Amino acid sequence: MMSSLQRLGRMTLRFFARLGRGNLFMLRVLAGMPSVLPRFRLLVAQVYHVGFLSLPIIVVASLNVGMVLGLQMYNTLVDFDAESALGPVVALSLVRELGPVVAALLFAGRAGSALTAEIGLMKATEQLSGMEMMAVDPVRRIVAPRLLAGIFALPLLAILFSAVGIGGGYFVGVGLLGVDEGAFWSQMQDKVDWREDVLNGIIKSAVFGVVVTWIAVFEGYEAEPTAEGVSQATTRSVVFSSLAVLGLDFVLTAFMFGEP
Amino acid sequence: MRDRGSTWLAELQDVSFRYGTRQILDGVTLRFQRGRVTAIMGPSGTGKTTLLRLIGGQIHADRGRVQVAGRDVARLSRAQLFELRKRMGMLFQSGALFTGLSVYDNVAFPLREHTALPEAMIRDLVLMKLQAVGLRGARHLMPNQLSGGMARRVALARAIALDPMMIMYDEPFTGLDPITLGVIMKLIRKLNDTLGLTSIVVSHDVQEVTAIADYVYLLSGGRVVGEGRPAELLGSSSGWVRQFMHGLPDGPVPFHYPAPDYGADLLDGARESA
Ligand SMILES: Nc1ncnc2c1ncn2[C@@H]1O[C@H](COP(=O)(O)OP(=O)(O)OP(=O)(O)O)[C@@H](O)[C@H]1O
Ligand SMILES: [Mg+2]
Repeated sequence: MMSSLQRLGRMTLRFFARLGRGNLFMLRVLAGMPSVLPRFRLLVAQVYHVGFLSLPIIVVASLNVGMVLGLQMYNTLVDFDAESALGPVVALSLVRELGPVVAALLFAGRAGSALTAEIGLMKATEQLSGMEMMAVDPVRRIVAPRLLAGIFALPLLAILFSAVGIGGGYFVGVGLLGVDEGAFWSQMQDKVDWREDVLNGIIKSAVFGVVVTWIAVFEGYEAEPTAEGVSQATTRSVVFSSLAVLGLDFVLTAFMFGEP
Repeated sequence: MRDRGSTWLAELQDVSFRYGTRQILDGVTLRFQRGRVTAIMGPSGTGKTTLLRLIGGQIHADRGRVQVAGRDVARLSRAQLFELRKRMGMLFQSGALFTGLSVYDNVAFPLREHTALPEAMIRDLVLMKLQAVGLRGARHLMPNQLSGGMARRVALARAIALDPMMIMYDEPFTGLDPITLGVIMKLIRKLNDTLGLTSIVVSHDVQEVTAIADYVYLLSGGRVVGEGRPAELLGSSSGWVRQFMHGLPDGPVPFHYPAPDYGADLLDGARESA
């Protein structure tokens, strides 16, 4: 009993110590940001790296999610003779929740883990040390552009996720199950608010972009410089950022859509 | 520069350092003469790499002083330290080439980061440095396409890209075939003499070091246990120095890791299993 309490206490302390280090690290990265912005090419290369590489998985996943959503919602709505509401239901689910959240989870798995592994390996092979000895700050040169790129890339991916997902829902609902095409789109236009729904969804994904990329670069930078350490860091990166996304999603949703 | 006067480019005075509770260095004093090749030798894990990190200012001594070019490394601001590092080259044990960049871009990296030279001039400089290590023809290769010896030469070209005053080699000889080994040894000596560098070579390879070093420090258990010109050390009468320089299996450094009495140990095992 006592020992499990102790363990809990120790874990809590360790968690907060880590969180503190993470915040200090973030400050260092932010201080390095101004030196990244003028180096536009570095940034573009990183956006390509973290964003473009996640494209295939985002497209495939969103198409599937959209189609499943179309099918499930149709089955429910048709019982109430309300299948013409399929458009807004699919669109709202995607734009408000599934787009930002699922895109962020996939992004954490694909790009976040790759970032952690890349930085961790650079540390394990003394590339970061070497850079420091060449009087180049790795936090500025390596970490800052990657963080910035992640922050740019995820909202774009989330928008794409929602768009393709709506396409999937349309294909199943209108194409296969015979929902009226005009109703599908006009109801969607009617019910989906630009600011309330779309913009809030984008804000969500921007927040997720910061958190996922932050955790990814921090775990990589803090990784124990061995093969085992890097693989552990990669796992931690995906687990922590996924949990953070889900937890934050509730908080953000409560703030954005909580009031009547 | 005002530090031109001194004979010593780098000095460690009574330096101690520990990782956690483990004492790695315990009051060592080393001096590195300008224009010379000075070697630091010692068994694995005695803190040779740690010493180089201290000189480069990546870690700081718990006690004592580390001076490079007349400046106390621990007292420099980050910007000053970075200025100093631009004039120090370091060759890591692993080479530490950037795996995402080609040979050419690796060597160009410090030039692009620290100078505003036009790309044409950077090209000339990179080719010059690669020519010096004999790898001008390999400039389009990626690091994973290089052999161990080639990677080390590329790292060397990169380390001298900014024309440093000093260069530190961490284990430059390990894991090389005899021919490549000869090439690296020649290069270290040649670069030192033609570029007017000061070189610090960390190694435990006695033969190679005695062939190229002007002065040698022997390190063991965190202390300097011997120093002098290679010939002096080879002829030394000190037990430890003799054991290390001639590679004798037993001597002041015991062959056995500390253990309880052998006979008693065997009997214990018999008793436990009974
Ligand atoms: N970051 C670290 N944290 C804790 N201990 C460390 C760290 N780096 C090195 N050590 C320990 O310090 C000791 C000295 O390390 P160092 O790398 O300087 O040895 P070395 O003389 O270069 O050995 P080798 O010849 O094997 O390269 C080693 O026993 C090592 O275990
Ligand atoms: Mg070492």
